[in-house]
Amino acid sequence: MVNLKKDNLIIANKKFNSRLIVGTGKYKSMPECAKAIKLSGAEIVTVAVRRVNISDKNKPLLMDYIDPKKITYLPNTAGCFNSKEALRTLRLAREIGGWKLVKLEVLGDKKNLFPDMIETLKSTEVLAKEGFKVMVYCNDDPLMAKRLENSGAEAIMPLAAPIGSGLGIQNKINIQIIRKQTKLPLIIDAGLGQASDATIAMELGCDGVLVNTAIAKAKKPFEMALAFKNAVIAGRQSYKSGRIDKILMGNPSSPSKGII
Amino acid sequence: MKKIKKIKIKINGKNKSIIQDINLSMVLKNLKIPLNKVAIELNEEIIDKKKINKIKLNKNDKIEIVHFIGGG
Repeated sequence: MVNLKKDNLIIANKKFNSRLIVGTGKYKSMPECAKAIKLSGAEIVTVAVRRVNISDKNKPLLMDYIDPKKITYLPNTAGCFNSKEALRTLRLAREIGGWKLVKLEVLGDKKNLFPDMIETLKSTEVLAKEGFKVMVYCNDDPLMAKRLENSGAEAIMPLAAPIGSGLGIQNKINIQIIRKQTKLPLIIDAGLGQASDATIAMELGCDGVLVNTAIAKAKKPFEMALAFKNAVIAGRQSYKSGRIDKILMGNPSSPSKGII
Repeated sequence: MKKIKKIKIKINGKNKSIIQDINLSMVLKNLKIPLNKVAIELNEEIIDKKKINKIKLNKNDKIEIVHFIGGG
């Protein structure tokens, strides 16, 4: 039997039971976000670093709803368009409370939100040298993934499709090539639209998926959070079970011997 | 009576007028900033939160106070 209880996701020597990472953006409210995270079973959530609203002192804080002692916060550089901004953001994130496990995301284009891989690579090198454990959002390019690995990345996080697009995995072959070449955690980040997309990612051999919009903007976010939880488990179990070979012609399921 | 001198600084992009000689710790206290949930920059340099009561502010200083919010 595939014992999924012992089949942990390990990132930077830390063990996680869940292979689903969820984003905390785009929810209608903080209670909705907190409930969706609970239902998803996620143990890691991405968070953004932004200015404190100094004119509204009573504004609710994320930490009041999602306890960073129970759920691993993964500070993210979403919204950064160059290495300088990304480094500044993550150094501040570390200062908030010692966060070293971070997600680097350096975008290159405001419309398609594709990552700027040159800036991403530069930032990865600097962060790794500063002792950060960097999970890197990247294009689904095997050569760039290799370069990131050589630059000290802790996890490779290729996109399935543009952020928030809901298009699902566009380039399965590239993801499989990256899977074959790396032992680092491989996590599909961005572009998933429905639960089955997560299953496909896991069946391709990915170690996890990161989902935000597909849950937060679903008509029923709580149900979708649960659907993604189950989809990731199903995909992982399917991958570990070893699928049959694909053949062109039919192969009967019942024996041909003894037909009356 | 001695006249209280004020200086202008910027906090999170907003202009603020504060009493001269007041330290960073007092400014943050007045804003009710929960120190364990934020990071602070003074003129683009990260400040060690343990040392904020020793940091004096000068005219045109730029303070950034950030925290975690929901994000993807």
